[in-house]
Amino acid sequence: MPDQCGPPDSVGILVPSGMLGAGFSPGTITRGISLGADVITVDGGSTDSGPYYLGTGTAKTTERAVRRDLRLLLAAASSAGIPLVVGSCGTGGTDSGVNWVAGLVNAICVEDGLDLTIAKIFSEQQADQLIAKLERGRIHALPPSAPLDAATLARCTHIVAMMGHEPIEQALRAGANVVLAGRATDTAVSAAFALMRGMPPGLTWHAAKIIECGGQCTTDPRSGGVFARIDHGGFTIEPLDPDAACTPTSVAAHMLYETVSPYTMREPGGTIAVADAVYTAVDERIVRVEGSRFEPAEQYTVKLEGAAITGYETVSFAGIRDPQVLRSIDEWAGFFTKTLTERVETVLELEADSWAADLRLYGYNAILGDLEQSPATPAEVGVMLLVNAEDQETATAISKLADPLLLHLPLPAMHYLPSFAFATSPAHIDRGAAYEFVLNHVVEVDSPTEMFRLEMTNA
Amino acid sequence: MPDPDSAGAPRTLGDLALEVRSKNAGPFWMTLEAFMPDEQAYRVADALITPELISELYHVPPASLQIFRIPELHVVKVSFPRPVVQGSLHDRDMHAGQHHVPLANTVVPAATAG
Repeated sequence: MPDQCGPPDSVGILVPSGMLGAGFSPGTITRGISLGADVITVDGGSTDSGPYYLGTGTAKTTERAVRRDLRLLLAAASSAGIPLVVGSCGTGGTDSGVNWVAGLVNAICVEDGLDLTIAKIFSEQQADQLIAKLERGRIHALPPSAPLDAATLARCTHIVAMMGHEPIEQALRAGANVVLAGRATDTAVSAAFALMRGMPPGLTWHAAKIIECGGQCTTDPRSGGVFARIDHGGFTIEPLDPDAACTPTSVAAHMLYETVSPYTMREPGGTIAVADAVYTAVDERIVRVEGSRFEPAEQYTVKLEGAAITGYETVSFAGIRDPQVLRSIDEWAGFFTKTLTERVETVLELEADSWAADLRLYGYNAILGDLEQSPATPAEVGVMLLVNAEDQETATAISKLADPLLLHLPLPAMHYLPSFAFATSPAHIDRGAAYEFVLNHVVEVDSPTEMFRLEMTNA
Repeated sequence: MPDPDSAGAPRTLGDLALEVRSKNAGPFWMTLEAFMPDEQAYRVADALITPELISELYHVPPASLQIFRIPELHVVKVSFPRPVVQGSLHDRDMHAGQHHVPLANTVVPAATAG
């Protein structure tokens, strides 16, 4: 996209929803286009649903829903002649996620007769290249994590680097109509086009942060899309659902959402600082924000995310309704763990540190565990046993050994065997590999684009 | 919102608040927020929420806490490293979405409950 003579007076950004595949009404897009959108941006991923998606390189959203959203967005962007930017494709932002979304986009372009230039930006990283950077002292831990070691990198099934706006801007400048980015900061996805057009960084980054979750910054978080217009003195935010509103409080409060600090937020190239931002109601549903700043960092850093296999799991579930057992449920749980540990040792001859289990008493204290303050005797309890072992066969074997305990284990003082309520047959389900996020580190880079690979294709 | 069934029961922060919520702030951090309806209620939350209280409720060291007091929004926000990493074997709250409850259930001293 060629530079014009200086920046425009303003840039309008349409965000249809907080997540590609979440769904939105076609009217959302029509209204956003009629407000003068210059770009459509949508986030395709997150770590929020846990490490499985990055660990496996698969999406949490379903193909049918993503295809449906893409079809509407591609049609709107194409007919308005504006770019579409999708960030963190396929939930984890792995190469498989980018290729998955690109496959859907290509098919829609063929079916709907759209002629678009598509950019894929890959952000997946190879462990050996990162180990070389680690050895050169260019990878640092973020709090609360410990310094990185090479073994941790080598354990990851997938590692992605979070791009800033620069790789997206590079793709737009190369003429992309559709940018499908791997892992990107949520904000970079919405900020890239406006920054490329020369809009003020502080305002652009703050606006991008406010709109990245769609309707979350409105009085009705389920309402879907939002529209931001950034000018040289501030930006305005309004919901695309005519029945929803943005208020100074709903917009300001969004800086709290899923953030450590409400005042600052680190991006690869610097820090968004909003402590001095002023929020003013333009009318009953539009808010104007002024005074946000962006403080460039001395060193550009790119954050890594990685997931590794922690073992293989089997989950079992049984229900207890017997009041006598429920009155002593803590004692029962202790007896269960002790008995299972002994049986695994004697029957399976497994070392104690080669497997682990988490016994959860749903209806009693499963969610908060030790943080639960003297829970009352429950009417019933769902007992979930989660077993983790080095391979699936072992996790299954331990769970099968636990099965009769889940069914019949009495309290130590009981003189008969109770039978509890299995919810399904069998009571256990193999979960396959289990994953954990193991990277919370940043890489110092010389160029914002050096860790990312751009591919342009014509659909 | 007054609950007719709880007349006479001690009032909690959750009773006074518009909302008390919790959520992940990335896989390694958790954040809690108390949204209070007005300045008077905010002052109650501001006085109640101390490093000592959060440390006791959540079994985390006081030095690991970041507490933000935001009078203009009537919000107190607390962030700290997740004691259990998101998605690991012993994580029972993937989004940390239910961890507001110990804070919400904290009884407000009678003299300040309004």
